[in-house]
Amino acid sequence: MRRVAKISAACLATAALALSATACGKTSSDDASSSSSGGAKGGIKIGLAYDVGGRGDRSFNDSAARGADKAEKQFGGSIKELTAKTSDTEADREQRLQDLADAGYNPIVAVGYAYAPSVQKIAAKYPKTNFGIVDSVVDGKNVDSITFTEEQSSYLAGVAAALKTKKSHVGFIGGVDNPLIKKFQAGYVQGVHDTNPKVKVDVQYLSHGQDTSGFSSPDKGQQAAQGMLDNGADVIYAAAGSSGTGAIEAVNGVKGAWAIGVDSDQYNIPGMEKYKSSILTSAVKNVDVGVFDFIQSVKNGKPLTGNNVYSLAKGGVSLATSGGYLKDIQPKLDAAKQKIVDGKIKVKTTP
Amino acid sequence: MNKLTSRIDKERLLLGIAAPLLAIVAALVITALVILATGKNPGPAFSDMMTYGFASDSQVYILNKATTYYLAGVSVAIGFRMNLFNIGVDGQYRLAAFFAAVLGGALTLPGWLSMLLILICAMATGAVWAAIAGVLKVTRGVSEVISTIMLNSIATAIIGYLLQPGKLAHLYQGGTVVATKPLPSASHFFLIDTGPGGELDGFIVVAALVGVAYWFVLGRTRFGYDLRTVGQSESAATASGVSVKKMVVTSMIISGAAAGLIGMPTLLNESYQFSSDFPTGIAFTGIAIALLGRNNPIGIALGALLWGFLERTTNHLEFQGYDKEILGVIQGVIVLCVVIAYEVVRRYGLKRQQQKVGAELAAQAAAPKKKLEVA
Repeated sequence: MRRVAKISAACLATAALALSATACGKTSSDDASSSSSGGAKGGIKIGLAYDVGGRGDRSFNDSAARGADKAEKQFGGSIKELTAKTSDTEADREQRLQDLADAGYNPIVAVGYAYAPSVQKIAAKYPKTNFGIVDSVVDGKNVDSITFTEEQSSYLAGVAAALKTKKSHVGFIGGVDNPLIKKFQAGYVQGVHDTNPKVKVDVQYLSHGQDTSGFSSPDKGQQAAQGMLDNGADVIYAAAGSSGTGAIEAVNGVKGAWAIGVDSDQYNIPGMEKYKSSILTSAVKNVDVGVFDFIQSVKNGKPLTGNNVYSLAKGGVSLATSGGYLKDIQPKLDAAKQKIVDGKIKVKTTP
Repeated sequence: MNKLTSRIDKERLLLGIAAPLLAIVAALVITALVILATGKNPGPAFSDMMTYGFASDSQVYILNKATTYYLAGVSVAIGFRMNLFNIGVDGQYRLAAFFAAVLGGALTLPGWLSMLLILICAMATGAVWAAIAGVLKVTRGVSEVISTIMLNSIATAIIGYLLQPGKLAHLYQGGTVVATKPLPSASHFFLIDTGPGGELDGFIVVAALVGVAYWFVLGRTRFGYDLRTVGQSESAATASGVSVKKMVVTSMIISGAAAGLIGMPTLLNESYQFSSDFPTGIAFTGIAIALLGRNNPIGIALGALLWGFLERTTNHLEFQGYDKEILGVIQGVIVLCVVIAYEVVRRYGLKRQQQKVGAELAAQAAAPKKKLEVA
């Protein structure tokens, strides 16, 4: 009896599966296209697919959100936001982009390099929709690849660090040792050594490989920075997402030490007021500019395509001057910037 | 006598179905309340889940996800049956997938042969990694819970160290992605084309075979019997001549080998390479699914399908303006409800059994009395 029940249950389950997989020919896109037509409010419909963290991460995703918000305000319309999870597979990312495309969102911005393969696939499937991808390069007639020269702003941060250090010893804290963060490290170290070859640079990564906790652990950032300070470093550049706030906090506890922030201008971020006196500058990455440009181009009927590099020359990346702590060395920074813009200095992208 | 056993089994079957059903209904009610509390209407949410979840492309997605989850559930369940909590399945499958991807990228053999080698490599890696915890447990008495958690971190560190350009990986996509060399197209596992629904991972066949093997080995062999005995009572197993230490190591190895397969649908059917964004944390989903399916091969399959369904549909709920955290709430509530429902049903079943036995005993006690009275 028991065995019969088990076997029949197994048969039922497989039969149900086979049936459901074959008999039901309707795809979700068919349903979506019929139901979504009533949803449009007029204006531009912006779809945003965030990386892990999403809006509110005070860093990378937030910067993209600012760009979209600005576009929404200026052109009218609506924003639809979807956010990645750490357990995502390719299928989840594809689903996110496809849902947006099905519902008629155009343009669609994928924030983060993890979306590259899915953008490639979905963009080919929806040739009339414009896609933007931040931090990666995807080929396609309807894809705008928005990349930044983080190494250039990091180079300037390195110049500033080398000029400001009194102990000839500076530090670099990276969130995760992935190629993107290594660009920051490469530029920074080169900037320091081009300015003063005698300055020692400590490099530390908070997490490695698949463990991306280094981007979101202020405690780890604080410990790493404290270690470097104890070792005698007095300028610390943290390219580590929200872990950077921990590093800034640690630096704030040591007199005469400076912290350099990343992505957004940390001096002006709400919640960082306490540490303002320690934030020398920030290597700003204007994801918002890239996102806004792309949305604007779609709005104007001339969508950007190909790889659009937001360099120092174009204002895509820059060194923040809030606080005025850089005033005394500004001429030297401007000179270095000019050399990069003119191509006299080639900044490395790998350490 | 025969009739009696069949009746008890029927009741057991009913009780067995009652528990997960009760859990899911309770979970639905609680989820509806949570959605209500966020100021939204749960009705349209559920109906959207149904229509969206049963579209053909959603079904393909769910089956693909469930393939991975099923393997995770089974490998965790092997440990559970033995009373071993193998939390290390996460590290085991990631390390296995990584080394399998490295091997697969380097091989230039005929497709079927390299596929076979990739699978063997993955299972061996998972087995070795799990065996460490097993050996530590039997020789030094280290709890497998602690050692496997630590081995997870070590696996992460090893992958982090080796997954670097110049070591075992290369840079791709404009220098933004580090990944192992892609598998040659000959060693891609077959895909089942379902038309507009998309492509179904061929690995679902392997997952089904693993399920059958799991059912057969644990339910129909001497080894499976020994394993379950050790799980239920170590002293009883020792008394009946089973070497508990040997069983612990063996079952950890089997659990690890099964864990090695978890990353394979992704590797052989989807990504074809191991990059830093290879999915992590699937094993923890596997723990929930093994709990949900009560370590039963069919139960785990249903649990895996349910999980895939929930992920697919709640992804879409986010799109419909509901909070994306709903997924976590539903999943957490289901697992909790399952644990509670099984306990409630078990106690109810026990009570019924006691009552029945009591009634029978009373009847027996009453019977001779009657005879006496007659006499």
